[in-house]
Amino acid sequence: MSEPPTPHSEEELPTPAVRNRRWIPRLVWLVPIVAAIIGISLLVRNWENEGPRITITFLSGEGVQVGKTLVKYRDVTVGRVSAVVLSADHQTVLVTADLSKDAASLLKADTQFWIVRPRIGVGSVSGLDTLLSGVYIGMKTGTATLSERQFVGLENPPALSHGPHGRELQLRAARAGSLAIGAPVYFRQFQVGRVIDENLLPDGSTRVTVFVEAPYDRFVTPVTRFWNASGIDVKLGADGLSVQTESLAAVLAGGLAFDDGPIEALFFAAGRMPGEFTLYKNETEAMAPPDGAPHYVRMRFTQALRGLEVGAPVEFVGVNIGSVVAVDLGYQPRDKSFPVIVTARLYPRRMGQAYEALAAQGKTESEETLAAFVGTLITRGLRAQPRSGSLLTGKIYIALDFLPASPRAAFDASIRPLELPTVNGSFQELESRVGGLVKKLNDLPLEQIAAHLDTDLKDLHGTLSAVDTRVVPSAVDALSALHSTLDSADRTLDVDSPLQRGLTDTLSETRSTLQAVRELADYVDRHPDALLRGRRPQKMPQSPAALSSDAKP
Amino acid sequence: MTPLRQSLELGLVRCRTCGLAVSRASLGADRRCPRCHSRIEHRTPLSTEMTLAWLIAGIVFYIPANLLPVMHTSGLLGEADSTILGGILEFWQSGDWDIALLIFTASIAVPFTKFIAIGLLLLTVRKNSRWEQHQRTALYRIVEFIGYWSMLDVIVVALTSALMQFQLIGTAEPRAGIAFFCAVVVVTMLSALSFDPRLIWDRHA
Repeated sequence: MSEPPTPHSEEELPTPAVRNRRWIPRLVWLVPIVAAIIGISLLVRNWENEGPRITITFLSGEGVQVGKTLVKYRDVTVGRVSAVVLSADHQTVLVTADLSKDAASLLKADTQFWIVRPRIGVGSVSGLDTLLSGVYIGMKTGTATLSERQFVGLENPPALSHGPHGRELQLRAARAGSLAIGAPVYFRQFQVGRVIDENLLPDGSTRVTVFVEAPYDRFVTPVTRFWNASGIDVKLGADGLSVQTESLAAVLAGGLAFDDGPIEALFFAAGRMPGEFTLYKNETEAMAPPDGAPHYVRMRFTQALRGLEVGAPVEFVGVNIGSVVAVDLGYQPRDKSFPVIVTARLYPRRMGQAYEALAAQGKTESEETLAAFVGTLITRGLRAQPRSGSLLTGKIYIALDFLPASPRAAFDASIRPLELPTVNGSFQELESRVGGLVKKLNDLPLEQIAAHLDTDLKDLHGTLSAVDTRVVPSAVDALSALHSTLDSADRTLDVDSPLQRGLTDTLSETRSTLQAVRELADYVDRHPDALLRGRRPQKMPQSPAALSSDAKP
Repeated sequence: MTPLRQSLELGLVRCRTCGLAVSRASLGADRRCPRCHSRIEHRTPLSTEMTLAWLIAGIVFYIPANLLPVMHTSGLLGEADSTILGGILEFWQSGDWDIALLIFTASIAVPFTKFIAIGLLLLTVRKNSRWEQHQRTALYRIVEFIGYWSMLDVIVVALTSALMQFQLIGTAEPRAGIAFFCAVVVVTMLSALSFDPRLIWDRHA
């Protein structure tokens, strides 16, 4: 840089021809514009896809992770948890989730949410996929028209998450038995539905909600009877032992079954579906005709009734029409006795046609007419009597039977509950007879019999020893003599013995003689005239000697 | 120090491709370099405008590049979209501060440096500033040099999604963000390329 180059003046240089090509740099501005357009379009699309944000309240946020836990509807991801916070009162967990835009229509006021965790029950195993992937929030859309953004999550998943077609039914039962949510519902041993809910009603009974899937829901008619099919039904009947159960799963996890009611019910089927079905304890109970309203009666027995239990049957002429509901001890100050007071519940309707006949006569219109009718029956000899149901178990049942021979009994038709006159049971008589038998057995001179038997046995023993010492040796001698006799017989019959040979010779002689006789007989047969004229020698060349000797006479 | 003579004063033009100094008078009508036949301009025409355009495009692309996820991973432990910043935070929180720092440098620091550096160069050139001309030239060289290092992220995503394809155990897929990030790198490199560093030294009265 020490020597500056020769300076050129500006004027010496030729002015370069500058072509105006400014459109190329102008074009470069398209790049940021395109970039901006892309950016803005992304933003707009993002904003358009922004779905609703919902808040679900759960009791526990176990396993829920922000940004990871998904919201799924029919196992399809429709959203993601964006925040999990405690509620202001620290009692619940508020889970905020961002849902995709198309899921907005699923958010009805009665849409249900629950946390899907692995669950293992007797009847089923569910949510196993969450073991690896973590929990997710399940969702079931509702039917309400109102839309909602705030929800209360279920603690347990609903039994039916995907709303198949079918019918929901309410059943009312005194007790739910071992039914669990999700327990199967059977129609003729075929699973057609599930128990989806159970509630304890304020009156203490249980309401069970079941879901019967289409097309099987058409089997549910107004006369359908439901019963608890949880247990094993073992019956020992006249036709042998029968064990009945719906399925093993039902035995373990509980279950329900339903079927058409009894035939009578089919004829009188009301067209309208009842709002609530009754859930019977078992199939027998379900299929029994309706019991109608019970009537209570009271009976006083003057004898001890050991073996009579609450629930024991009350039979009217052999038909079970009720059961014992209470057995109490009373006190009669008059004669200082302690009668047993038995209260029973009777279902007159179980008398079947008899009841209908009575109803037709108007005997069952009111308590009074019924009481009056019972009074007439008592004058005819109707009595309550304890009877032994089984000699083995000693169980007693109450029989209402006509015993015209029994003493007259007072009957007050105004007392409620009705008090039936009683007679003492026959089972005590039986007991005394059995006692007598036992006593007779006891009186047998067993010791003497045993002593006699003992001496007899001793005598037998002496006889047997005599046989051993005296009879046996002589028997051996006789056997050896027999042996020598048989030996000599054997020798006599031998092939080479003289007797045998003589016999053989005699037999061959006899054979030739017999042959000659046969030839003669043949000749005579062919020429019967030979007997008169003698034989023709030229025609009979064979055995002339035999013929000549025979034909001579 | 005496001010250096400028090529204009000497009547010389330098070829930007092969570095040959050519007398302006000897240039033909099409102004081709006699040695390498590339076009010779005294100053790249409209350099600043083009640089600015590319720069703006780069900044615009940089926004979705950071907002959108660059990679989608799914596997046994769920699935996740990761953004560049989210990834850095994740590495930092899990204790891998070195990797976090590396990604931060390559993906955040470098692009930002480029934006600021090119912006500064443009601004000073527009103002005909004579401030720290040597340093600004050095700055331009640095910008040119570090440009492609930002491709680190793009290469990481490309490699990961190519290698991590184990169906059930885990898969990784690139997402839109990485395309924008790639665009940022390319566009800023074009921006740096469009800038004519000789403008730094121009003296206009």
